[in-house]
Amino acid sequence: MVTVALQAARQIAAAVPDPELPMVTLADLGILRAVVAEGDQVVVTITPTYSGCPALREIAHDLRHRLTQAGFTDVVVRTELAPAWSSDWITPEGRSKLLAAGIAPPGPARRRQARPGPVPLTLTATRREPVPCPRCGSGDTTQTAAFSGTACKALFRCEACREPFEYVKEI
Amino acid sequence: MTEDEFAAYQSLAQDTEDHRWAFGTGFTDPLEGIDASVPDGVDAAALATYCLMLGDDALIYSHRLQQWMTRLPELEEETAVANIALDLLGQARMLLARAGQAEGAGRQEDQLAFFREENEFRNVRLVEALDADFAELTGRLLVFSAWRLALFGRLATSRDPVLAAIAAKGVNELSYHRDYAAQWVVRLGDGTPLSHGKMRAALGTIWPLVDELFRADRVVAALPGIAADPQTLRAEVDAVLDTVLTAATLDRPDRLPMAAVGGQTGRDGVHTEAFGYILAELQSVARAHPDATW
Repeated sequence: MVTVALQAARQIAAAVPDPELPMVTLADLGILRAVVAEGDQVVVTITPTYSGCPALREIAHDLRHRLTQAGFTDVVVRTELAPAWSSDWITPEGRSKLLAAGIAPPGPARRRQARPGPVPLTLTATRREPVPCPRCGSGDTTQTAAFSGTACKALFRCEACREPFEYVKEI
Repeated sequence: MTEDEFAAYQSLAQDTEDHRWAFGTGFTDPLEGIDASVPDGVDAAALATYCLMLGDDALIYSHRLQQWMTRLPELEEETAVANIALDLLGQARMLLARAGQAEGAGRQEDQLAFFREENEFRNVRLVEALDADFAELTGRLLVFSAWRLALFGRLATSRDPVLAAIAAKGVNELSYHRDYAAQWVVRLGDGTPLSHGKMRAALGTIWPLVDELFRADRVVAALPGIAADPQTLRAEVDAVLDTVLTAATLDRPDRLPMAAVGGQTGRDGVHTEAFGYILAELQSVARAHPDATW
C-alpha cells in the first residue's frame, strides 16, 4: 500500500469519536495503538480501557465502516491487551476536550500493574491531588461515587458552585 | 445527532429490513487478533481448565451482582455494582475465550458459558449464594476482590502471555473493586450498632467459604510458571482483610470451613445448592433458543 493511502487511513482511524465520550477521538484517548498496512490490508489495532468496556465492539464497527467508506476494501481491526491501557495515554488535546465538555480529566496514574506482591490498600476517600471543578475551577470538590455512568469515570460534586461533574479515573 | 454519530449508529444496526435493534448481538471474539498459541511445554488441557476456573469465578459472581440491579440502597451504589459486574463480565469473556483456545476443540465463550452442565463449572463456592443484604454484598465483594487482586498480581507475570495480559488489566479494575468494598465494610462495621451487627453477621455467613480460596489444586500444580499457587496468597490476603476488619472494629469470624464433598469443592465441579438456581437463570434463554441472536 502506498504511503499516502496509509496516511489517509491513519487520519480516518485517529478521528473516529469514542461512542461513550464523543467529544474525544480514539487518538485523543490513546486507545488507537497502530494503523499499518499488511499487503493490501489495513490493520487497525485498538485496546480496551476496561475489560468489560462495551464500547470496544462499537469502535471496531465504526472503524471498519469509515475506512470502507473511504475506499479501503480490506480492513481488519485487532485488539491488543498488553500493556494494559492507562489513563496517562490520554493526550493533552484529549484532556482539554474533556475539560471543555465538563468532564474532569485524570491525574497521573499510580503505577501498580504487572508487579507481583502486595497491593497497597487505601481506606480513606481523601486524594493527594484535588480534582478541580471543570466548570468553576475550584479545588473544593468531593467524590460522591467511585463509579459513574461508565466504568472509566467517577462522580464528583463541586462545593463552590454546587454542580455535579464526572471525572475520568486514573488507571 | 451529527452525521458522524449517525454513521456509528447505522453501522451497528442489524443488517435487516427491520432496524428495531440498535445493536447487534453477534458478539465478537474478545481476544480477536491476539496470538492464540499456547507456549511450548505447557499442558494445554490444564491451561484450559485453569482459565475456566478463573473465568467461571468472574462469570457467576458477575451474574450474582447483576441480580442486585434496581435493588441497591442508592443510585451511586447501583452504578458502582453495575460497573464492577461489567468489569468481571469482561474478565470472564476473555478468560473463557482463552480456555476455548487452549482446549482447541472450537468452543467459544458462549458455548462455555451457556452449554456446560453444573458439574463442569469450576468456580469457587464463595460466588454462588444470593446475598441476603447489602452488608453481605460488601463483605463478599471484599473477600473476593482482595483474593482475586492478589491472584491477578501474581498472574501478571505468568508465562502464558494472554493470561498475563488479562491479569495485568484486571489488577487495575480489581483495585477499585476492593477499595469500594473495603470502604463500605468499614462504614458499616464502624457505624451504628445495627449496621455493625449486620456486617458481623454477614462475615459469619461468608467466612466458611474463605478457606477454599487457598486450597492446593492439581491443575495449578500442572502449570508451573503459568498458574499461581493459591496457598501462597493467604498471607497477603489475610493482611488486607485484617487491616479492613480492624478499621471496621470487627473480629475475624471464628467459623469452621465449609466441608469438601468427598474431598471435592467448587474447583472440582461440586457446588452448593444455590448454584443450580443461578445457573438455570443464566442459561435458560440461550438453551431455549440455541440459535437465536438478540
